[in-house]
Amino acid sequence: MSSPPPDLSELYQQVILDHNRNPRNFKRIESAKCKAEGNNPLCGDRIQLYVQLDDDTISDVGFQMPQGSGCAISKASASLMTEAVKGKRIGDAEEMFEAFRTMLAGGANAPGKLAAFSGVRAFPSRIKCANLAWHALHAALQGSAAPVTTESARDF
Amino acid sequence: MLDTARIRPDFPLLARQENGQRLVYLDNAATSQKPRKVIEAIVHYYTFHNANVHRGAYALAVEATDAYEAARTAVARFVNAWAREGVVFTRGTTESINLVAASWGRTNVRRGDTVVVTAMDHHSNIVPWQILCQEKGATLRMVEITGDGRIDLADFGRALEAKPKLVAFPYVSNSLGTVNPAAQLIKLAHSAGAVTVVDGAQSSPHLQVDVQELDCDFYALSGHKMLAPMGSGALIAKPALLEAMPPYHGGGEMIERVWDDRSSWNKIPHKFEGGTPNVEAAVGLGAAIAYLEQLGMERVAAHEQELARIAVDRLSQIDGVTVYGPPDHRAGVVPFTYGDIHPHDLATILDKDGVCIRAGHHCTQPLMRRLGVAATARASFYIYNDVDDIDALVTAVRKAGELFGVPA
Ligand SMILES: Cc1ncc(COP(=O)(O)O)c(C=O)c1O
Repeated sequence: MSSPPPDLSELYQQVILDHNRNPRNFKRIESAKCKAEGNNPLCGDRIQLYVQLDDDTISDVGFQMPQGSGCAISKASASLMTEAVKGKRIGDAEEMFEAFRTMLAGGANAPGKLAAFSGVRAFPSRIKCANLAWHALHAALQGSAAPVTTESARDF
Repeated sequence: MLDTARIRPDFPLLARQENGQRLVYLDNAATSQKPRKVIEAIVHYYTFHNANVHRGAYALAVEATDAYEAARTAVARFVNAWAREGVVFTRGTTESINLVAASWGRTNVRRGDTVVVTAMDHHSNIVPWQILCQEKGATLRMVEITGDGRIDLADFGRALEAKPKLVAFPYVSNSLGTVNPAAQLIKLAHSAGAVTVVDGAQSSPHLQVDVQELDCDFYALSGHKMLAPMGSGALIAKPALLEAMPPYHGGGEMIERVWDDRSSWNKIPHKFEGGTPNVEAAVGLGAAIAYLEQLGMERVAAHEQELARIAVDRLSQIDGVTVYGPPDHRAGVVPFTYGDIHPHDLATILDKDGVCIRAGHHCTQPLMRRLGVAATARASFYIYNDVDDIDALVTAVRKAGELFGVPA
């Protein structure tokens, strides 16, 4: 019944701690056409995501989390996501989301730095935190007006 | 303090290991663990006495009814209810408050009336009143709290100037641990002509409660926070109020006679207990009360207050830790934050050391907004916790600080 206890250093890898402390693209983009709000009612994580499109390429992306409303996992995930999708085409970004989701569901590691979140798998209560920003991105790209919440997203 | 070395073995779950460590259960404000006596009472009921209550003409059904009604007597004694008939079994505090809102509230609250709650109330003592006020076109007035986490008595007084129909507040706050001056608040509310609802979810497990001395009108409690099964609970009320109220749920048991087009109602409390009740839960609640009475509620309260005092003291010594709630008049609830470590991360890190705490808004979002935080971490104590548990808590919190590099 009991598997070996998951290690904290696998969850809080250095890259995650770093992006939590110094989140990249932590900015509001006033002129962004695509925006979305994400909500994790469980722990009160909230994210505002801004996506600037140039044709079907993500030319800029930024996020904000109201003071104190992002845990390390959700904030670092948002930060690393913005780095990963900036300059990518919509289709490629959606593919990354798929790969990220697959990794958290127990599948192969996502490419590049996103693999840092593979340790989240061993902490089921934190999977929603890691996915939050990606759901917001998906909603922003779909042009969905309603805020996304991790309680209604299907893959949890 | 209580002899925890003798109490802990009564709780089978506490023998469990968490990540190879002793389980340190500090989420008692969410729900308590259950002693073997309670678990056995439920097994005993199903093994020997199970039948539907208040209907069978055979001996077994009479036994089941007796067990159910004996639990009612136990609850009445535990909070010194006005009468056994003034104890309605419910699924817990949430259902008890909804019962009052749906029955008393719908009958008595009209357009333009005011209902008063406080900014430290649990969602279950806010949302039912929001629903009622929206339906009736009444005003919901939320009383502010002071900087140190008490009900702001000046604002409470101002709220009463509107002559509210009803005033609701928690005896003990689940998010701050504040023990509110309930008797005083009730007296003030009564002199303004209001009916009072006391959310007793956090007071019933931890304090000696006397509803007659408080002189409230309605008092709600949850069994699962006081050693009893989930799904057990009660609404305790002045019988005259219950007599005058319409039923809550229609169905079997709550009727006296049913004609084709109308019915007449059973006596209280049965008028409010439509359908087959959760007899197992009531029996478990009775056993839980017996366990607590044996310890003595005054000793239970003293034990937890001492643990809270030590925990506040020890946590406050860590640079970067902020403890919320008042310095005194605090039950065994210790909410805190640590630097900019999100409480959710704290809880994950503590869990690695077998320390279970709660992180989040604790179903008190209006309070969190006033504290200016999105979430807090919360340690809450009960009869089986001791200073070793506080040591484990403090050690794990320090570890979190190291991992996240909180500037000391
Ligand atoms: C102060 C307070 N009120 C109400 C409730 C709701 O109790 P229950 O969920 O048992 O109905 C709780 C429990 O979380 C509480 O702490």
